[in-house]
Amino acid sequence: MAKVTMNKALCKSCGLCVTACPKQIIRISTTDMNNKGYFVAEVVDMEKCIGCAFCATMCPDCVIEVEK
Amino acid sequence: MKKVFEKPKMLTDVPFHYCPGCSHGIVHRMVASAIDKLNAEKVIGVAPVGCAVFAYDYFNCDMQEAAHGRAPAVATGIKRTNPDAIVFAYQGDGDLASIGMAEIVHAAARSENMTVIFINNAIYGMTGGQMAPTTMLGQKATTCQQGRSVELNGYPIHVSEMLAQLQGPCYIERVSTHDVKHVKQAEKAIDKAFRNQAEGKGFSLVEVLSSCPTNWGKSPLDAMKWVEEEMCKIYPLGVFKDTTKEEK
Amino acid sequence: MEEKVLMKGNEAIAEAAIRGGCRAFFGYPITPQNEIPEYMSVRMPEVGGVFIQSESEVAAINMVYGAGGTGVRAMTSSSSPGISLKQEGISYICGAEIPCVIVNMVRSGPGLGGIQPAQCDYFQAVKGGGHGDYKMLVYGPNSVQECMDLMYNAFDKAFEYRIPVMILGDGMLGQIMEPVVLPPMKDMSKDIRPDWATDGTRYGKEHRVINSLYIQPDELEAVNHKLFAKYALMAEKETMCEEYLCEDAEIILTAYGTVARIVKSAVDMLRSQGHKVGLIRPITLFPFPTENYARLAEMPQVKEFMSIELSMGQMIEDVKLSVNGKKPVYFYGRCGGNVMTAEDIVERVLKEEK
Repeated sequence: MAKVTMNKALCKSCGLCVTACPKQIIRISTTDMNNKGYFVAEVVDMEKCIGCAFCATMCPDCVIEVEK
Repeated sequence: MKKVFEKPKMLTDVPFHYCPGCSHGIVHRMVASAIDKLNAEKVIGVAPVGCAVFAYDYFNCDMQEAAHGRAPAVATGIKRTNPDAIVFAYQGDGDLASIGMAEIVHAAARSENMTVIFINNAIYGMTGGQMAPTTMLGQKATTCQQGRSVELNGYPIHVSEMLAQLQGPCYIERVSTHDVKHVKQAEKAIDKAFRNQAEGKGFSLVEVLSSCPTNWGKSPLDAMKWVEEEMCKIYPLGVFKDTTKEEK
Repeated sequence: MEEKVLMKGNEAIAEAAIRGGCRAFFGYPITPQNEIPEYMSVRMPEVGGVFIQSESEVAAINMVYGAGGTGVRAMTSSSSPGISLKQEGISYICGAEIPCVIVNMVRSGPGLGGIQPAQCDYFQAVKGGGHGDYKMLVYGPNSVQECMDLMYNAFDKAFEYRIPVMILGDGMLGQIMEPVVLPPMKDMSKDIRPDWATDGTRYGKEHRVINSLYIQPDELEAVNHKLFAKYALMAEKETMCEEYLCEDAEIILTAYGTVARIVKSAVDMLRSQGHKVGLIRPITLFPFPTENYARLAEMPQVKEFMSIELSMGQMIEDVKLSVNGKKPVYFYGRCGGNVMTAEDIVERVLKEEK
């Protein structure tokens, strides 16, 4: 059981977390836009998260916190 | 549940101004976390001129903003008069390998006990994508629009290989940021470069191959792929010098 | 009686810097100031300070930036072509308000020029020198003792105003030996870093930044106004000037630095021939002692001014601005490393008398 928290306000929609995720449970939202005008990254199935923090490792904007 | 990954304390709350997918943010985070691990009482950083010019807003330690290319000289002045502080310079390829070539070579030759993080993205980012000293042959930039040619522009500079020829440096490694595996390796290298300083071992430099999606005209993902497929070919990763091993 | 020792101007500056609390010196060799780094290379380690012979003047001034930015008393010295190279750093130092001392033992120019004494860097020193609107506190000493006295307190002024102080000498002043009284060593053991210094301490304060980048126009405009408010305060409090036999003078000669000594001899010679001549000598070249000139220009018996310089005429512009058209201002200068004699000056002054 692990949990990913995204500080959406900082997300720039680069998608590096999406490809980094070994479980392929992150995607760029098509509806959720932050104040900067970016569609933000979101976790679609938190149940599958293994807490590897690969997403956070690749994130250039320190958007992601991971708990395990 | 406990936190397995959070923003390093050495970063302020100021959001990075970097373009989406730019490696600078990843490297800032690694530098900050390396400093966090040292638990040092005193830390002073030196920001460059280039995309990382606002680094002084991001690192939660005392910072000095240097003139273009002069960060190693500024850091020398700081470190020699404040030997108990951890001192680092953060520079891009135009800053370090073009206008600041003399300063970096001599800081390395003097074996200044400092850490230099060198961002190589093969282009001038802040000024809008001009040719850098590390722009590769054939690579297009706004000042070599047909691609860099030997006849007109000469060859790109391999900073790590060149500095490794000097007796001064204790540790020089080239790393990349193009995927998780390589970012983890980069973390280790940056940690070591800071640890070397804390242990008084001398000059350490980590060259980080980085992406510049905006000025390369690529998506963040394609830019990372380009780092892997093109840059790593011309700028091979690895340790070019490590005298800390010999001492053991 | 105070003990006097015989010292070169360059050595006196170096020793006075140490006694005035300087604990870091960064420099690059260039004639005619080499005695300063040579002296410092020996003396600095004795007081626990830092000496580095840098790879260039550019690096030297940036090392001063780094050290000075942490609140340490740091300096560099050079001569004209080297000072040109330092201008980038000096502009950043002024923008970031870093206290430090810069010595320029001026040689003749332009270009590589020559190694003989000159005053052709006056504009560069007092008008800014690099890019942007800025000034330094500029001293023009005329003797080895004055080099010592001005240098001794230069760091106090630099830190008081958070500005670079420039000592503007020349090859002659650097090389001549004169007896000097050495001031006592300032106690730097209780030196506390100022509250703006990036000393690196992480706890109990916000992180500090030494910087001259202001992207917002309003912010940068405010910075410029802040700098110029300091310069106005300096003009009020720091202006130094010597007047010699000006009370009844009809002809006011003006010169600074070593030239002022030659002019003083010429004044004495002219006085002995019955001519009422005086000398006004700025000791601070910035701030310029405008009011002294303005007051003399208002005096009815004063007929004319003459600026005497080792240049094609630089300080004369500030003299003219100060005299403000009230009286004519003439010029006499030698350049290229040539130095006028007192007799040359007497002849030139009498020629103007017709």
